[in-house]
Amino acid sequence: MSSQMLGLITGIFFGFLLQKGRVLRFERQIGFLRLQDMTVLKFMLSAIVVGMIGLHWLEAQEVIAFSRKSMNVGGVVLGGILFGAGWAVMGYCPGTSLGALGEGRWHAVFAVLGMLIGAALYAELYPAFKGSVLAWKDFGKIGLPEVLGTCPAVVIVIYAAVVVALCACIERRKR
Amino acid sequence: MAGESDGKGWSPYLAGALVGVLAVVSALATTGLAGKTSYLGASTTFVRAAGLLEQRVAPEHVEANDYYTSKKVRVDWQFMLVAGIIVGALAASLTDRSFKWERVPPVWAERFGPSVGKRAVWAVLGGIVAMIGARMAGGCPSGHGLSGNMQLSVSGLVAMLLFLGAGIVVARFVYGGPKHE
Repeated sequence: MSSQMLGLITGIFFGFLLQKGRVLRFERQIGFLRLQDMTVLKFMLSAIVVGMIGLHWLEAQEVIAFSRKSMNVGGVVLGGILFGAGWAVMGYCPGTSLGALGEGRWHAVFAVLGMLIGAALYAELYPAFKGSVLAWKDFGKIGLPEVLGTCPAVVIVIYAAVVVALCACIERRKR
Repeated sequence: MAGESDGKGWSPYLAGALVGVLAVVSALATTGLAGKTSYLGASTTFVRAAGLLEQRVAPEHVEANDYYTSKKVRVDWQFMLVAGIIVGALAASLTDRSFKWERVPPVWAERFGPSVGKRAVWAVLGGIVAMIGARMAGGCPSGHGLSGNMQLSVSGLVAMLLFLGAGIVVARFVYGGPKHE
């Protein structure tokens, strides 16, 4: 099997689960950012905790290698803020915009168009960013366990405990 | 609330947990197949798609661009993953009849009216800003939010908190505070 074929199959499962979890919709994304509907948060946090346990186990067995992204301060901070602002106006993130198209919300095509233009603009602006924002400070591909000076298992337990407590709060508040 | 027709969806905890399983299986499968572990992500595909489109009008320009060259403009694993999301979402929405043609999101229409043009302009502007941000940060809620946090990466956690922080502040300006409902 080609890696493209594998990607397609994985994507079909991913899209199926995003749709079944009902997180693709504009109202769910905006409801989350307005702190009215926590469906997206519940979905993301449970995916993260389950994936975290499995991936760290495989990494410890040396079956897979991690591919962390650089903690480039300027890029992550300014980029993170810009992304969040655009997300709130557009109502989708890159993955969910296409999923929303799949479930018939054809207006998501405008979000996709905007993101394609944004990607092309970024490619033009890249040399300028490379010499400025992206050149401030780069801590490299660091992980939380190294920063906290402890083993991954401890961080996973703490992370999972925070997630469980947060979800318990959300469920209690709802009643 | 926005979802009477949502009754037949799955619990977000269950669907999310299954995405966690998918991320693990996918890491294994890509390692086995290609010798290199690939992680779920989406935003780089927009760069490649923009590059592929731009190639049709100005191939030399794309070839000379550092960013396009570094991301390799081609249909790769992630590109097909993103294409698969459309198919998977379509299939899922047909199994429980939640597929719906929609001109303008209802929540948007409530606040800004039913005009498709107005929605289009803001969605395009939002998309431009969001994608510039995602590429600057090196990922989106899939790559940073899901995959980054699963790997306990510092950048993933910081990016996700900033996505949310900025998103919450801007959503408050655009749609009003949480108590307005």
